[in-house]
Amino acid sequence: MKKYPINIKPFGERAVLIEWPNKVSESILANILDFMDVFKELKIEGWEMSVAYNSLTMVYNQDHIDFEETKSMILDCYGKIDSSEIQRTQHLWTIPVCYDLEFGIDIEDAAKTLKLSVEELIEQHTSHEYVVFGIGFLPGFMYLGGLPSSLEIPRRAEPRLKVTKGSVGLAGKQTGIYPQDSPGGWNIIGNCPVQLFNPKEKTPCFVKVGDKIRFESISKAEYDLHKIEGEVGIYKPEKVVLNA
Amino acid sequence: MLKVLKSGFYLTIQDLGRFGFRDVGVPISGAMDIASVKKANMLLENDDNDAVLEITMTGPTLQFDVPTFICLSGAHILATLNNQPIENFQVIKIEKGDILSYGRLESGFRGYLAIKGGFQNDKVLGSRSQFVPVTKSARLKDGDEVKYKESKSFKPIITEVKIEDHFEKDTLVVFKGPEFELLTDAQLTEIFTKTYSLSKENNRMAYQIAELIKGHEHSMLTSGTLPGTVQLTPAGRMIILMKDGQTTGGYPRILQLSEDSINVLAQKRSGESFQFKLS
Repeated sequence: MKKYPINIKPFGERAVLIEWPNKVSESILANILDFMDVFKELKIEGWEMSVAYNSLTMVYNQDHIDFEETKSMILDCYGKIDSSEIQRTQHLWTIPVCYDLEFGIDIEDAAKTLKLSVEELIEQHTSHEYVVFGIGFLPGFMYLGGLPSSLEIPRRAEPRLKVTKGSVGLAGKQTGIYPQDSPGGWNIIGNCPVQLFNPKEKTPCFVKVGDKIRFESISKAEYDLHKIEGEVGIYKPEKVVLNA
Repeated sequence: MLKVLKSGFYLTIQDLGRFGFRDVGVPISGAMDIASVKKANMLLENDDNDAVLEITMTGPTLQFDVPTFICLSGAHILATLNNQPIENFQVIKIEKGDILSYGRLESGFRGYLAIKGGFQNDKVLGSRSQFVPVTKSARLKDGDEVKYKESKSFKPIITEVKIEDHFEKDTLVVFKGPEFELLTDAQLTEIFTKTYSLSKENNRMAYQIAELIKGHEHSMLTSGTLPGTVQLTPAGRMIILMKDGQTTGGYPRILQLSEDSINVLAQKRSGESFQFKLS
């Protein structure tokens, strides 16, 4: 396992930020997740950890912290990664998307800009696996890496005041799903009927950082079916276990 | 039940927040001015985390249907119980049918209504704080009802105290944020010598500062944010994330407010001014 230089910074009275080298890389992400696994073994209640690309924010929700003490605890854990035998289970999720024009309100314009046919755009969007590099911004919003450069397209000049829940968008090097209605400037190419954030579940977001997802093109009829299955709570997203 | 006859400008149920779901993008929420909530809950001999109503700018009209005890704190909004004036930090006995109503805002911006035992709306993901899409509604509206427990025999240790308001300050104490080192000498001078004011763009998610400072061209990978994180946009706008603020962001995090200063800022209204002081 590759090791990286890490930089630990104070972040207010009860948090620290750990930074890995400034790039988007699966190897760095694996190193962050390894560190988290080792840290969780300490079983100290109250530490919340959230990953975003090359950084980990650690918040102690019980009290203020002593930075130097926390830093040495972190370095100690980081040093133990190599000897750790923790096996992590990661999944590849298949996320259904309906690319019909009814949902993909920008798909024709986007295809034109990208010099592709709509079918080619869908083919390319569905033929890659995307790595979940973080969950944040909105509850259940996944930061996905791995978009092919042929699908890189600028944000819309004017953001929309309301993008519908489930909308699948393209913007720059990113693709993603809006987990709820929100304002947004991404180019909308389809809609996903699966609820990515469900506060009624003990695990409100079934996808975890480090998992991968692939999109699957579905018809309007399948979309409606999944939507109903989701509402009555019987929809189970398709997953495959990846070797950690 | 507490019946909301009129909800006022923005009335929400809050406790100290929703912890443990930051990793799936759920903000902590909770009362904006936690210091005020803790004081009111203390007088009622409640737990710190018992749910209260957060009253923003203009107060509601509320009716109680079973006996209990209440305590007000936070902003001074002229309040009356059955038309008799009441003050902050008094433990007040409530009878069936009593009506609490509010008038003019005198100082501060957010008032709190604590109740014996706390409000009993359902917890979602460990908290009673309202935040969409975790809870169904973002705030209470006219005609809504909120559960609370009947209490008749409570004998408070302290029935009334004079407490100096913690929010009558115009200095916000800040720590260096993760991207503090990006600030130029010119920006540092601007930040720590000028007086700033709160813009109209302010809500439970974020407070924007009206005055621009010199901008920057730094682009960074999205990273974690906290309540009290001061972000600097390329155009030179300082945006302070508050309790419902997003858990990640892509703008440099130049400063981090102290938790006491979040309580102070939560009581400012648009146009009010303050200075930053590095801890």
